[in-house]
Amino acid sequence: MILEVKDLTVQFPTRRAVLTAVDSISFSIAPGEVLGVVGESGAGKSITGLAIIGLLEPPGRIAAGEVRLEGQRIDHLRHEEMRRIRGRKIGVIFQDPLTSLNPLYTIGQQLEETILTHLPLNKAQARERALSLLREVGIPAPEARYGAYPHHFSGGMRQRVVIALALAAEPRLLIADEPTTALDVSIQAQIIALIKRLAGERGAAVMLITHDMGVIAETAQRVAVMYAGRVVEIGPVRDVIHSPRHPYTVGLMGSIPKIGIRQERLLQIEGAMPRLNAIPPGCAFNPRCPRRFERCVIERPGLLAAGTSQAACWLHASP
Amino acid sequence: MPLLKLESVSRDFDVSAPWLNRVIEREPRRILRAVDRVSFEVSKGETLALVGESGCGKSTVARLIAGLYAPSEGRIEFHGRRLQMIFQDPYASLNPRWRVRKIIAEPMLFLQTKKDVSEFLLQVGLSPDDAERYPHEFSGGQRQRISIARALAGEPELLICDEPTSALDVSVQAQILNLMADLQERLGLTYLFISHNLAVVSLVADRVGVMYLGRIVELASASNLFTRPRHPYTRMLLDAVPDLGMTGKPRTPVAGEVPNPLAPPAGCPFHPRCPHANARCQVEVPRFTNGVACHAIEEGRI
Repeated sequence: MILEVKDLTVQFPTRRAVLTAVDSISFSIAPGEVLGVVGESGAGKSITGLAIIGLLEPPGRIAAGEVRLEGQRIDHLRHEEMRRIRGRKIGVIFQDPLTSLNPLYTIGQQLEETILTHLPLNKAQARERALSLLREVGIPAPEARYGAYPHHFSGGMRQRVVIALALAAEPRLLIADEPTTALDVSIQAQIIALIKRLAGERGAAVMLITHDMGVIAETAQRVAVMYAGRVVEIGPVRDVIHSPRHPYTVGLMGSIPKIGIRQERLLQIEGAMPRLNAIPPGCAFNPRCPRRFERCVIERPGLLAAGTSQAACWLHASP
Repeated sequence: MPLLKLESVSRDFDVSAPWLNRVIEREPRRILRAVDRVSFEVSKGETLALVGESGCGKSTVARLIAGLYAPSEGRIEFHGRRLQMIFQDPYASLNPRWRVRKIIAEPMLFLQTKKDVSEFLLQVGLSPDDAERYPHEFSGGQRQRISIARALAGEPELLICDEPTSALDVSVQAQILNLMADLQERLGLTYLFISHNLAVVSLVADRVGVMYLGRIVELASASNLFTRPRHPYTRMLLDAVPDLGMTGKPRTPVAGEVPNPLAPPAGCPFHPRCPHANARCQVEVPRFTNGVACHAIEEGRI
């Protein structure tokens, strides 16, 4: 396993109460595997990603659990040590490529700087490597674009540069947080294919965070569904999509409109995800759940085996 | 008679540098044609959707119909009395200093008979007590319900919905789309639905217009468009949508990006990305005939 997350809990102490944004979640990613993390806004997907790379904004902090990268614990490292690991061993792609690129430097300078920081190469070799990376992510005529600034590029091309930057030091883990959300569908398809190919070729582990189940279906092998800071279901993508086990996943899948299926109405989950200061006791989904029974209100379910997946739902408790 | 009719409507925007810069740097005026000779009709009670990628001009068409922009050329006929608009961002479209009651009552200022605000709140699934609250007390989905209630309060025949669910999570999107379908059935509303999301469009639309660089390249019934797309751009768009069914159907990889609208390609605007383009496509703009604008289809090549 390249990444192992165990009982990770992230809390935000506020004046009134301690808010738990990520509540004791566990998962792991193997080399060459893409794990999709899906959920609606506020489910804790991005916070999980930030906690793994050590970029939580104070007062947010890891309150419990551990994160291991190739067996080494990285959740309690000092800032400087973590900075060396980010970039070298962990590449990160955020949603908005404009915020990940420095507008004052050419893309060539930014790539070279990253390569020189992390790899034992001289300047000429770094330039050579930067050019081959740009070629690999599909930027036409990289020699001509080398001295261009981020604003010279379109959104899709910028995201390609960000991917090149994230891959510059051959990281073992790639964390992509909504990498295609800001892009048009035709560009999105190109970027998805690119991430998938690069991860496969390099044997890197990819954590793909998105709200778009379609992107996960195209890219990931396994998917973790998050709700109110918890993983409610995790399993092979095909099984989670075609036979979801948790009532929330059932509702989520039913609420996505699909092309080619004549449907008059969408399945609808009533209500909304609870705020962090009002997560109900027991199962966090119980007030909205059509299949709730007594135990759901009292006792919080852990992940239970359900077919080839695991679901945090008492429906799957062995009698 | 259709409720709404657009005849060869175009809209230009002047994006030139300031006068002094133009004089000093000897730059010409730069005109961006956001909408180029768009024609379509919308009948009463139907939903026409316009789809396309960012910058294709679909929102400009919505604004032209709503009268927020004046057309540079062509004419727009509206054979109803009132239309209303629902915007994408429910955080920006509601006045944060007004109570919900005032927001919803505003369109009624122009009506003869005034109805009760609570009636509209109930219609969109909110409670009459919500009238005394402020927009910040609501979630994104609830705010979009308030926007819809405000639109209904104006008693419109036509509702222009510009990406009404794009800012919402899927489960909330499902609630809003179901609500809009219910309201259409109950009140006989006509929708012009603008969206980049093909799956959403396939759910709500009766007819669909596909836009590319300011033009409609294909206009067809939703069932035909999604089962038998004709224009190469429509085919490419449909191929690019992630396949949730994981059927593993073969698909052509998407190439290239939308060109800069300030310097659109000559001929058919799609020809640089089109696998069927030939010499004619590079010089001659295809005419919109039989629901599609494509030389290859007209010549029977595809």
